[in-house]
Amino acid sequence: MALLELQDIHTYYGAIHALKGISIHVDEGEIVTLIGANGAGKSTTLNTICGLQHPRSGSVTLKGESIQHLPAHEIVTRGVAQAPEGRRVFGRLNVTENLEMGAFVRVDKDGIKRDMERVFTLFPRLKERAKQVAGTLSGGEQQMLAIGRALMASPRLLLLDEPSMGLAPILVEAIFDTITEINAQGTTVLLVEQNALIALSVASRGYVMETGSIRLADTAEALRNNEMVRRVYLGET
Amino acid sequence: MLRRLLRRVSGTTVFMWLIGIAMLVVVVWGVYATLSSGRYKASDWIDLTVYGIAQGSVYALIALGYTLVYGILRMINFAHSEVFMSGPFIGYFVAMALSQSGFFNRQPFVSLIIVLLVAMTVSTTIAVLLERIAYRPLRRAPRLVPLITAIGASYFLQYTFLGLFGSGIKGYPEVAQLKGYWPFPGTSSGILRTQAVVIVSAFVMLAILYVFVQRTKTGKAMQAVSEDKDAAALMGIDVDRIIVITFVVGGALAGAAGVLYALLFKQVKFDMGFLPGIKAFTAAVLGGIGNVNGAMLGSLFLGISESLFPNLVLDGLGLPAPYQLKDALAFIMLVAVLIFRPTGILGERLAVKKA
Ligand SMILES: Nc1ncnc2c1ncn2[C@@H]1O[C@H](COP(=O)(O)OP(=O)(O)OP(=O)(O)O)[C@@H](O)[C@H]1O
Ligand SMILES: [Mg+2]
Repeated sequence: MALLELQDIHTYYGAIHALKGISIHVDEGEIVTLIGANGAGKSTTLNTICGLQHPRSGSVTLKGESIQHLPAHEIVTRGVAQAPEGRRVFGRLNVTENLEMGAFVRVDKDGIKRDMERVFTLFPRLKERAKQVAGTLSGGEQQMLAIGRALMASPRLLLLDEPSMGLAPILVEAIFDTITEINAQGTTVLLVEQNALIALSVASRGYVMETGSIRLADTAEALRNNEMVRRVYLGET
Repeated sequence: MLRRLLRRVSGTTVFMWLIGIAMLVVVVWGVYATLSSGRYKASDWIDLTVYGIAQGSVYALIALGYTLVYGILRMINFAHSEVFMSGPFIGYFVAMALSQSGFFNRQPFVSLIIVLLVAMTVSTTIAVLLERIAYRPLRRAPRLVPLITAIGASYFLQYTFLGLFGSGIKGYPEVAQLKGYWPFPGTSSGILRTQAVVIVSAFVMLAILYVFVQRTKTGKAMQAVSEDKDAAALMGIDVDRIIVITFVVGGALAGAAGVLYALLFKQVKFDMGFLPGIKAFTAAVLGGIGNVNGAMLGSLFLGISESLFPNLVLDGLGLPAPYQLKDALAFIMLVAVLIFRPTGILGERLAVKKA
């Protein structure tokens, strides 16, 4: 059974039909990527999984249980966490407090402490700035904090929305190394990216979205060699 | 250089600064005239300042309700002045019942605590009902809609109390032990006992609130929700629950403020919320609306200025009946802040850094 499965999801913003029948699945232990142009509906897909948007029809199931009617804060307790697009860290709280918020639903003090150490090991830069107010962190540090904060929920499934956005190439590489490491430690990852090249290099499978629909679904290897993907998303001629 | 500077400065800005400078000159002149006339002793100034602190600490308890709700919903809860009124109003009936049974005179402090708890409960209930009935259904409406609803709710509550209990002034029973002064040791001056009790109780509650917001998990979740509701929901924070908690906290503080206010002025009335409400709102804007520390500082600043202003400034200017103008000061300050520093004293400085 897939860890996460979306079946024929239709999501609207008022009259705007943003997702037109999306079906995807993510198996335990995978890194799956969702690529596509601006406005394709990638963030909407993640937000529909997280309960920030509710689909008008279709189902989202987590380990066979449908979750599409649950409010966002309950979906977190089922083991899904998202590092949203644009980081959205709490600017007036410091780094440690942001991480504590990530663990909001947890009560196992020891586990929280262990995960905080884990985040600080993954991102030593955050440890140096533990008491710094998040609003004054650099863009890259905020991205690390957003990922770290999502990890603090100890999720089974981690959703990442454009972790490379606005970062220098060297930092992008470092972040993706960390994502691979997080996955190797046992967290399943659904990764949304504009940067198709790097996304397809860390993922095992991928989906290509276009204006609210899934255009292609294949292994990362096959997508990298797909002629349309090479032309449109990898910028080759 | 000069020309470039001039191009950036518009006519209105210059005009506004002239008004500002004129206000400053008037204030300095008034202060100078008063002080050089030698009409007041040092102990008079101390008395006025203490009274101002008492007044300001009550404003602070109310102002926090405005500022916390604004921080989370970006709306001014104009019905908060009625949340403030309802607690001590119902508390009055409890106080009278206790007084008639003789319990109030035998155990005045226990009685006051009972009245305080009743008032806090009533105010909290009203605040929570307001949120549930009047504001929550409008969460996604344009910002003006809940604002108008708040004003409507404010009048609804005022006239409900007027209809149920009449328009008369209701006198709180006096506490014999709180009459008179406690002298400052080694001096001829002292502090009015009621004022001392008001200041100490208010500061204790302010301290508790401060620790709650800054240190507890729920308090931090309140800050998170006030910054970004969706991101907070992604952390597993139940945003609706946090909003209710915000109204509970604001309501409880307002109810407590109401009892302290009734201690200072010994009476309640259906429209007693209006002036302190709008002054506390002014204080919250003064300190930077949405900012907890700002609300506390702005309130103390307003309370003290209001208390000193008639004697210190207006008297020196030779104005007749300066006390009549006391209430106008809050509104002058409100307008001045909105013109010269719309973000208030501590307002949103961090938000600028955040960009
Ligand atoms: N809050 C909203 N209200 C109305 N329409 C929205 C809203 N959010 C997104 N949309 C629309 O839904 C569509 C999908 O948006 P979405 O943010 O999911 O795209 P995306 O694939 O994440 O794009 P990007 O790569 O630019 O982040 C777009 O046409 C967008 O304009
Ligand atoms: Mg997006």
